[in-house]
Amino acid sequence: MKKSLLSLTVVALSGLMTGNAFAEPSVDAYRAQLADKDANPGLIIIEEGGDYFKAKAGPKNVSLEKCDFGLGAGVLKGAYAQLPRYFKDTDRVEDLESRLVSCMVNLQGFKREEIIDRKKIFANQRKKQENTRLEAMAAYVAYQSDGMKIKPGSTHAKEKEAIALGEGLFWRRHGTMDFSCASCHSEDGKRVRLQPLVNAYNSHDIQATMTTWPTYRVSHNVVRNNQHRMWDCNWQMRLPDIEYGSDAAVALIAFLTKQAEGGTLNIPGMKR
Amino acid sequence: MMKPMITSLTLTLTIMSAGTAFAVDKDFTQINSKIDAMVAKSFPAGEGQDLSRLKQDETQKKCSVRANKPTATEAAEIMARERASIKYPESGNLMGDWKKGEKLVKSGFGMRIGVIEPDPVAKQKGGNGGNCYACHAISPKEVAAGNIGNSLVGYGKTRGTSAEIIQYTYDKIYNAQAFMPCSNMPRFGHNGIITAQQVADITAFLLSPESPVNQ
Repeated sequence: MKKSLLSLTVVALSGLMTGNAFAEPSVDAYRAQLADKDANPGLIIIEEGGDYFKAKAGPKNVSLEKCDFGLGAGVLKGAYAQLPRYFKDTDRVEDLESRLVSCMVNLQGFKREEIIDRKKIFANQRKKQENTRLEAMAAYVAYQSDGMKIKPGSTHAKEKEAIALGEGLFWRRHGTMDFSCASCHSEDGKRVRLQPLVNAYNSHDIQATMTTWPTYRVSHNVVRNNQHRMWDCNWQMRLPDIEYGSDAAVALIAFLTKQAEGGTLNIPGMKR
Repeated sequence: MMKPMITSLTLTLTIMSAGTAFAVDKDFTQINSKIDAMVAKSFPAGEGQDLSRLKQDETQKKCSVRANKPTATEAAEIMARERASIKYPESGNLMGDWKKGEKLVKSGFGMRIGVIEPDPVAKQKGGNGGNCYACHAISPKEVAAGNIGNSLVGYGKTRGTSAEIIQYTYDKIYNAQAFMPCSNMPRFGHNGIITAQQVADITAFLLSPESPVNQ
């Protein structure tokens, strides 16, 4: 009896293993290395981001130290953990990065369209570019919530709407490939080639993902933030470039963050 | 006699899998106009953008608001509409060149647009790939295969190469939603990702006894 129970467990376990990712030793070792946070090059970018954040810049020549991320002007500790949320001054739901842009516009006097220029918004890894100032600052602000639990705004009518529209967009099929986010991210244990895919409806999966962005992307050699992740997925879906900090990008992040509520931030992450 | 049997079998399988494919039940009909407005605002026009890709056809619209679970009536409408869209190569031969098919199955190239990382124009001359390994295991030689779709290893060996199977395979690749409404699989022929002749080449790769798929 005992023996048969044991062999049953072995069969069940091996089934689980093959059902998830291919258990390839080299890949496992690589993943273990990625988990060593002290060796994360993203920490250097975060430090640089702090310098940029505190430096005077823009037509008004002021720093971003008075930027209000929802907990009061200049309060950074725990701010990222409660984003996205509704902001009265801009009358919209903003995530970390769209809020940073708002502060750069309203406090420093930059022009929004110049900051979010598609050709300059992200470091181009094909050209081996270093992180942009905005990318580094976003990572810096997020890092001040490391170890805290995710709890995005979800009580204001506009917050509820952003989450609902984000979920609707998550299922919107479009483009030549008929893809939606859900095509890849709504079932457990799926892969594209050997890349495991996150199921946004599995709280373990989505927490593991949302708690580790911003993340150092080894293949890009830079830190990436959520807005880049949203752009990247849309690009892979063969869609046009989604605008940085747009309502659609913020709504998707609002939905995904809500799905990951309660997860503990572990920043910066490190991914492929 | 053979054909209606296959169709009804596929239909049964379709309904079964449509019922179990997703763990969530969603309906976005009420907020769909707001989603459309948000999308229109969030993908500005400009160099390198093709906004027509955000315009949904009837099938995409229905699958979106139903989160890929259309009602029985809607499912029947989708299958009829998508079936009617299927076109065939001029030669009429649905078994193309399996060696050409093998290349198409591997290649994931094509159709990435925008100004940030568009697919390089210089490489565009080879045409789009089918990128089949992203989702399916196909040739046993290729281990880096995804699992969003079912395994197609030994596809032809288990099914044979009757005219009905050849046509079903061609049609499925050309327009998967003719058989499974709101399938995750792109409508490769219908959407012009690959040509009718290329669909036939992939059909041959799956079915030909010489193909590595069936070794």
